[in-house]
Amino acid sequence: MAQENLTPKPDKPANGRFIRNVIVKAFLLFVLLNALFAAANPLPLLGRISAYNLVFPGRVRLPYSENPTQAYSLSLFNLEAMFASHELAGNAKAEDEFRVLLIGDSSTWGFLATPQETLTAYINDADLVTESGKYVRAYNLGYPTISLTKDLLILDHAMQYQPDIIVWLVTLESFPFEKQLFTPLVQNNPERIRSLINEYDLNINPDSDAFVDASFWERTIIGQRRALADLLRFQLYGLMWAATGVDQYISTSYDPPQIDFEADESYYELTPETLSQSSIAVDVLAAGITRAGEVPVLVINEPIFISDGVNSHLRYNFFYPRWAFDAYRQLMENQALANGWFYRDYWNLIPADEFTNSAIHMTPSATAILASEIGKTIQELAESGFQSSTLGSE
Amino acid sequence: MTLTHLLVFSATALLAGVLVKERGRGWMLLVGSLLAIYWMQPASPIRNLDFWLPSATVAVAVIGWAATRSGEDERSRENLISGIVIALVVIAVGLTRYLEPLCCLTPTRPPQATQIIIAIIFTGVLIALIAWFFPKRGILLNLLFFSIIAIFLVLKTEGLAQAASAWLRTQTRQSTNLASGLDIGWLGFSYVAFRLLHTLRDRLTGRLPDVSLQEFVIYVIFFPAFTAGPIDRLQRFIKDLRKSFNLGSPEMVSGARRILVGVFKKFVLADSLALVALNQTNASQTSSTFWMWVLLYAYTFRIYFDFSGYTDIAIGIGQLLGFQLPENFTQPYLKTNLTAFWNSWHITLAKWFRAYFFNPLTRFLRSRQNKLPLPIIILISQISTMVLLGLWHGVTWNFVIWGAWHGFGLFIHNRWAEFAASRNSAPQSPGIQKLYNWSGIFLTFNFVALGWVWFFLPTPSLAWRTLQTLAGI
Repeated sequence: MAQENLTPKPDKPANGRFIRNVIVKAFLLFVLLNALFAAANPLPLLGRISAYNLVFPGRVRLPYSENPTQAYSLSLFNLEAMFASHELAGNAKAEDEFRVLLIGDSSTWGFLATPQETLTAYINDADLVTESGKYVRAYNLGYPTISLTKDLLILDHAMQYQPDIIVWLVTLESFPFEKQLFTPLVQNNPERIRSLINEYDLNINPDSDAFVDASFWERTIIGQRRALADLLRFQLYGLMWAATGVDQYISTSYDPPQIDFEADESYYELTPETLSQSSIAVDVLAAGITRAGEVPVLVINEPIFISDGVNSHLRYNFFYPRWAFDAYRQLMENQALANGWFYRDYWNLIPADEFTNSAIHMTPSATAILASEIGKTIQELAESGFQSSTLGSE
Repeated sequence: MTLTHLLVFSATALLAGVLVKERGRGWMLLVGSLLAIYWMQPASPIRNLDFWLPSATVAVAVIGWAATRSGEDERSRENLISGIVIALVVIAVGLTRYLEPLCCLTPTRPPQATQIIIAIIFTGVLIALIAWFFPKRGILLNLLFFSIIAIFLVLKTEGLAQAASAWLRTQTRQSTNLASGLDIGWLGFSYVAFRLLHTLRDRLTGRLPDVSLQEFVIYVIFFPAFTAGPIDRLQRFIKDLRKSFNLGSPEMVSGARRILVGVFKKFVLADSLALVALNQTNASQTSSTFWMWVLLYAYTFRIYFDFSGYTDIAIGIGQLLGFQLPENFTQPYLKTNLTAFWNSWHITLAKWFRAYFFNPLTRFLRSRQNKLPLPIIILISQISTMVLLGLWHGVTWNFVIWGAWHGFGLFIHNRWAEFAASRNSAPQSPGIQKLYNWSGIFLTFNFVALGWVWFFLPTPSLAWRTLQTLAGI
């Protein structure tokens, strides 16, 4: 009998009914799969499945790209996938490692810089050793958009990687409330951001229209087809990253920072009277430091381009009128002293001719100078046992 | 061919199979193919060129028919109607410029109707003049044969294509400073040219059957095979065209399966591999031997899945329309030698070159009074055929080297096979035979893969540097 059952049936010619059944069953299966996908929302889980740190080396910075095919990278909103691709996820912390996580904007990430020309790379090149004999190993968690909330999101996620210190590079432009939900990474992670808003009582509207809240249909396979395709493409780009070491398309031509300005001193809706701790997102910075808990956070006011062109007596650069930036510096100094933050102000560390295409993007040599200063500060802090909070400005 | 094209073509083929009856099939294929070639034509920066190029394809096809038809006009009425239908379709495509919601089938706005009508009249007069001035068909056929090759040369030679672009830009009063060889992207011309050259040669040798204008134009611009082949023979094609066809479940299942396989190969496998395949940019960025091999293999599989995927789609749509187009790829990367590879890679193109270049050349060399030694004849024939095949892709040194690479490879295999046969060794054990086969597959695959370096890199120096990296030098 068993043998009879194994005998293959002769091929039947396909008929209309057979085709109809195939189409109906395929359609029902497809609908079911989509519904299950939408209900389970497996994207974060899928994001953790990564060929990076397994088949391909981990990336040295978080994926971001405006030219995917030339940069062999792309911008994702899936934090799990972003971190799974980072070398941080692949390197188990050694006993003698002093782990430094750098968080910040495009300047920290290294816009127009190769992976060997970033702040992190230069800190690591210095082969720093702390007084206790631990080797300083820095990881680049910068991301090229300006928003403290975006930084907080990354810091929150990065805490699982056992940092010994977090270096958070900030600039005034990342503080205005208008900028907090400006970045797609924040907009596309509404649940995580709302959770942070609630936990730290942040002055950000959790019901803002800026958040991208996916409907049921948008959570189906059809609705998430772009995100799924991006995940797959991102894994494939791992091969190119491994082969070429390229993770950014670096244009050889770009416009230098603006030197001459209109006689305009406006800065968002702020005035010298209203720029205060509560009118900008200092609470987000404070939340990050609270989230870090026992891990010290070194806040750095990053260098800016200082123009000497027309109306430069009114403005430092394209971003900042002088009054706003000066008031911000004073505010940060006061906040650091009042709250015992580890704070360093490197606002005028870099000469004007060492900026590339914006008021915060630096040349490799300027980046190396800043890295050297940060390295020294990290060592100082480590030597003092993270007791001193009186790190003044340059 | 994009996914949208594919979806529309498949649906049209299905609908046509179900709805169109015997007599309407030819007209449906004619009108469908005419509309398809306008729709698929990519945009050109030269004004109206994306209308004129498909129109030129139609004109060339009609002229080709006029030149190859026999003197007897048994179906003159049907041919006249076909000519009028073709003209009306071309005019209708042009008229979409006046219908805002429908505008346009072409990527940019077509030219004015008067220009189109003048062009149609001009083509008609040209055909009449040809018939008048060339009573002896041989001269006309040869003239057309070399004219097509001349157009081909212009399109495939960067400098000439750029000069042609500049000339066209002058005609349309556009700046010649921006002229580029890429401006004249004449979709499907390569395959149209092969079909026309085949009909012209076969007419000269008396092997071409009589076909109507409708049949001839359908053969030349048959939309499933228009962009990437296969290159069918007219003799075989018209058998399918003339046979009675009713779309049934077997054809539907078989065609749909073939289309799905093709879509998977092209739009999933090939397009994914394209992200990691070796190219001009990453070849100069990669210094590791290991990763260079990985990228090369990615390219090797990408080109196969891309091309064979298109062929699967063409064959699948063809099946829905009642055509069994010839196979173009039969597991070429699993062949044990280079000769077998070229019998299974782009089969219809290889057959075309064999029929219209390799065989005549070999016959000529063998029939000379001062006979050359056989190995020399084989060497000359193999290399010249493969170099010509390389030049078909573009007139560059890299394509010449790629052709020569394969020509030498085929020659060496030919000599090796001759040598092995002469030894007439005893049958080998299955184990040894298996090892022999796998070694053959490995060697052939890597020989072909290394050949692609010449094929896709633009300059010999970059290709050479890439080969050095692959060799770990």
